[in-house]
Amino acid sequence: MDLKVHEASPATREFGCEQNLLSRPDGSASFIQGNTNVLAAVYGPAEVKVSKEIYDRATLEVLIQPKVGLPGVRERAREQCVRETCEAALLSSLHPRSSLTLILQEIHDDGSLLACCLNAACMALMDAGLPMSCLFCGITCVINMDGQIIIDPTLQQEKDSRALMTFAIDSIDKRVMMSSTKGSISVQELQEAIALSQRASERIFQFYRSSVCRRYSKTAAN
Amino acid sequence: MINCFKEKIGEVLLPGDVFTFEPPAPETNLKPEKVVCGPGLRRDGDDVRVCKCGVLRHKTPNVFWIDSQQKRYVPVKGETVIGVVTAKSGDIFKVDVGGSELASLSYLAFEGATKRNRPNVQVGDLVFAQFIIANKDMEPELVCIDSCGRANGMGVFGEGGFLFRVSLGLVRRLLAPQSEIVADLSGLFPCELVVGMNGRVWVKAKSTQQTLILANLLESSENMTATQRQALFRRVADGAL
Repeated sequence: MDLKVHEASPATREFGCEQNLLSRPDGSASFIQGNTNVLAAVYGPAEVKVSKEIYDRATLEVLIQPKVGLPGVRERAREQCVRETCEAALLSSLHPRSSLTLILQEIHDDGSLLACCLNAACMALMDAGLPMSCLFCGITCVINMDGQIIIDPTLQQEKDSRALMTFAIDSIDKRVMMSSTKGSISVQELQEAIALSQRASERIFQFYRSSVCRRYSKTAAN
Repeated sequence: MINCFKEKIGEVLLPGDVFTFEPPAPETNLKPEKVVCGPGLRRDGDDVRVCKCGVLRHKTPNVFWIDSQQKRYVPVKGETVIGVVTAKSGDIFKVDVGGSELASLSYLAFEGATKRNRPNVQVGDLVFAQFIIANKDMEPELVCIDSCGRANGMGVFGEGGFLFRVSLGLVRRLLAPQSEIVADLSGLFPCELVVGMNGRVWVKAKSTQQTLILANLLESSENMTATQRQALFRRVADGAL
């Protein structure tokens, strides 16, 4: 297949987020990308069952609830991706024998669901005040039938694509922390997609910074 | 070296932000400066990294820390907290302080307590105590006496008042030396107030209604600016009672 990669600037949909919106969890955040909406809640560091405790690190549990029905295999796969990313970013050795629970509720899925889950998770972990070594963000890319790489696709674009990739990018060196791919991609396409995702992640990290600044502006004035 | 910290005082920093220090040029005979890094800042080799998001604060001469908003308490040695006694096992009480583990409080750690003269502590009582051991590897331990053996305000309390939870940021503001919130509150009506650094506050006023009003005022003053808070307190002082 002839590869045509458009060096267009990585255009993502509008995003929005809100932190500290739930009263019972220690940290909560809602992240919106276009029409995709995910709500995340974090509890921790809390008591852990002796069977699950790890002597030198915190035990992180991730639960993803779909909008309709019970969690199935697809949710378990996504939980695994989110958990690997969070464990790499959190300084879990500061809370040994404790448990951190992250619950993600899908409010609406219009494409890029795993990326939205990662972004909501990062904002909720920041809101809970858990110590992290870096921030992370999630970006989804698809390659459609023309060979074009589209960042942050909608559900329709995902269905019309021949490959779907989600990357978690860290904030310090913009390296890939986690990747989840579906479909057939050539090596060059993969590298192009990673480069585009790294550029798109700049915009998401700037958005994190501005929303946290807005949140602290009221107390900084006190 | 302190200059790169001083530039960012009062700014909001995110986890992953790094302060790198260049070694001073060998010609200039600069004395090495000491910087004390408080909560939220961690040393990573030669750099200092931010690990929590919040505002960078400074206390002269060289103390820097990140002031972050959190709800969950992590035990720290020397802090005074309000705990709830959950179990009595042998010679120690198990106290819930809101952290990841139950803290232990020995029955001898009260003023005037001996093996024959045990303190009168029941399950469900509130205790005001301070941590003598609180690190990530060991079970936290509390005592109700200071280093001289005097109670100094600590011990069992709580007849007739109301205990509620607030965020840790509000608690720090209440415990600050010239706290405006406490000054405004004392102008309303006479009350007893116990503030624990684990986010728990206990109030008691003359009647139940006044107690509940005070609790609601404290919970809501978390998200208000100073002027909004004073306006609300004035409305309560004039209108409600």
